[in-house]
Amino acid sequence: MAELSYRDAVAAGIAQEMRRDPRLVMLGEDIAGAGGVFKTTVGLLDEFGADRVRDTPISEQAILGAAMGAAMTGIPVIAEIMFSDFLAVCFDLLANEMAKASYMTAGQVTVPVVVRTANGGGSRFGAQHSQSVENWTMMIPGLKVVAPSTPADVIGLMAAAIRDPDPVVFFEHKSLFAVKGEVPDAEHVDRLGTAVVRRPGTDCTIAALALMVPRALEAAERLAADGIDAEVIDVRSLVPLDTSTILGSVAKTGRLFTVEENPRLCGWGAEVASIVADEAFWDLDGPVVRITTPHVPLPAAEALEDLAIPSVDRIAATVAGSLG
Amino acid sequence: MSTEAPPGRDEGLFDYAARPPRLPDPIDDRLDEAEIPREVRLGLYRTQQVLRQFEKRAYDLFMQNLVKGTSHLSLGMEAVAAGFAGAMRPDDYTFATYRGHAHTLARGAAMEAVMAELLGKENGLLGGKGGSMHLTSVEHGMMGSYAIIGAHLCIANGAAWSAQMRGTDQVAVCFFGDGTTNIGAFHEALNMAAVWELPVVFVCENNLYMEYTPIDLTTSVPHPAADRAAAYGLERILIDGNDADAVYLTASRVIQRARSGGGPSLVEAVTYRHGGHSRADPGKYRPADEVEAWLERDPIPAYHRRMLRVGVDEGELVEISRDVAQAVDEATEAAKAGVPPHPDAVYADVWADGGWEWRN
Ligand SMILES: Cc1ncc(C[n+]2csc(CCOP(=O)(O)OP(=O)(O)O)c2C)c(N)n1
Ligand SMILES: [Mg+2]
Repeated sequence: MAELSYRDAVAAGIAQEMRRDPRLVMLGEDIAGAGGVFKTTVGLLDEFGADRVRDTPISEQAILGAAMGAAMTGIPVIAEIMFSDFLAVCFDLLANEMAKASYMTAGQVTVPVVVRTANGGGSRFGAQHSQSVENWTMMIPGLKVVAPSTPADVIGLMAAAIRDPDPVVFFEHKSLFAVKGEVPDAEHVDRLGTAVVRRPGTDCTIAALALMVPRALEAAERLAADGIDAEVIDVRSLVPLDTSTILGSVAKTGRLFTVEENPRLCGWGAEVASIVADEAFWDLDGPVVRITTPHVPLPAAEALEDLAIPSVDRIAATVAGSLG
Repeated sequence: MSTEAPPGRDEGLFDYAARPPRLPDPIDDRLDEAEIPREVRLGLYRTQQVLRQFEKRAYDLFMQNLVKGTSHLSLGMEAVAAGFAGAMRPDDYTFATYRGHAHTLARGAAMEAVMAELLGKENGLLGGKGGSMHLTSVEHGMMGSYAIIGAHLCIANGAAWSAQMRGTDQVAVCFFGDGTTNIGAFHEALNMAAVWELPVVFVCENNLYMEYTPIDLTTSVPHPAADRAAAYGLERILIDGNDADAVYLTASRVIQRARSGGGPSLVEAVTYRHGGHSRADPGKYRPADEVEAWLERDPIPAYHRRMLRVGVDEGELVEISRDVAQAVDEATEAAKAGVPPHPDAVYADVWADGGWEWRN
């Protein structure tokens, strides 16, 4: 086991797959010569060359279009959209073209593309560079959606996303880039559609994603000091969604909290809450509670952004208040 | 309070049918002498007949309420599809818009499958999943019909990029309308294609109208595609889209350029639709004398006359036309005889494995 940062794990995961599959290519703005604006693609140009690691114009539609056209004609592609907020600029390609090609053509066309993008807040970048937009993509039939929280998962889920024959949106969290963690030395391939129990517990279930996972874990430690034993689930994959892990946990604990960085309306936790209400109502000992960013654009100032995005304090206080 | 009429609608300005007509140039008879093999010309003639007769039937079926939803016909524009398809290799790629029946048939997709798709039948090209606006036949190099303006120019780049990476000499040909030159994706695609020297040919079918608005009212230059080629370092190419030979010659040249590593081209083919934009639109926003002049310049009778001038026997042409008529009848019957798709098809093919599961 080596220790790697989440940032370096991105390049490590991509490199693992580019070594395996000589067809695999990537494209995006500033990814080759500069190694990415977040330095997540450092070293890839040197190892794989300019034909496989391509800098593009600032043309998000052209980027996703090129990815899709290549993918449907035999070349798997990793496309980078620098900030997830910019998905709005090329949403047609993502939501109407890639997502629907297989269905509309009765399976004649498949689109093995991974759209990598830096998601989430904590960098004080303000309303147009800080959003958590996983719910934008989760609601589109035909897209798979993953958001890893650890360096090992970055590698494993990246490999799984690349090997998947469908379009996958891969959210890398900006505030996790510096986090370090153990990663396997050998080739590492995980599975989409699987959640992981990060902390077993008996009193309640806390389901979280990406940056919210370490915050939920820290909150759980504080709750433990108050005698509350919380189980923390890292949801990891929104589509496919591992409902059986969540339902199994709720059957045990009787309470569910979701911790979501996306703004409240139609956030991913709303779907989870609805499924639990439908299928595990009689397991519940109390309401499902969603802890989310409020339904506001994100403010820039440190003091304000920290209030908006669910914090360890807010998670711990909400859970304790609700269970108390 | 002012008693003046509010600013805005000026009937004179918005009555497009009252504008001066934009008339076609006369056909260039010198193309009679073009070195196009007789077999190729017969092929172009046949393809145009297929497109014309098929789409007339499709229109009838639409008016009988057998084709639901919408349809966008290329009646009057057949020479563009025929000329390009005739110059393409079977492994080249076509990308088209919602106005894609002609391009799909021109690449060789079966009339029965296309007709059945329009009728929403299980024996349709896409099993009824795509409909008129999404015709696709990968086995014929027909990589899709795209119904949202602009995106498919970017996607065509990807297919061309892939051919470049795979080291094949395939070419991607992407068709779109005059109105499409004003969306951002057009400019993104042209720039990337030029910078990456992609083997892609962009073909603007300039039929002078967007949906219901004349293109010149919304465009900064008189020729929406040709006048912008220079912005991407490309040659200005403006051709008669109602002459299959003119289209074929230009198509052959630019496809060969792309195939041999010479990079992308942007072609503007000027043409006109005989009918409205879609469905039962009568196209009344067009000046009557303009419509009349373009009907006179119908590409198919014009090509028929050329064939006679270059020595093809009238009887041979009549036979082709009869053959096609029979094939259209047979395709119509087979399509009508098809059954509706199985209900399971609702859930099929969301994913590449054929399924739709989003949870366990
Ligand atoms: C992004 C987008 N905007 C608007 C439309 C609605 N629309 C469908 S066809 C059309 C006109 C397109 O005109 P043109 O590019 O000239 O093609 P034509 O239909 O004449 O072949 C419009 C505006 C659309 N499909 N996509
Ligand atoms: Mg038009």
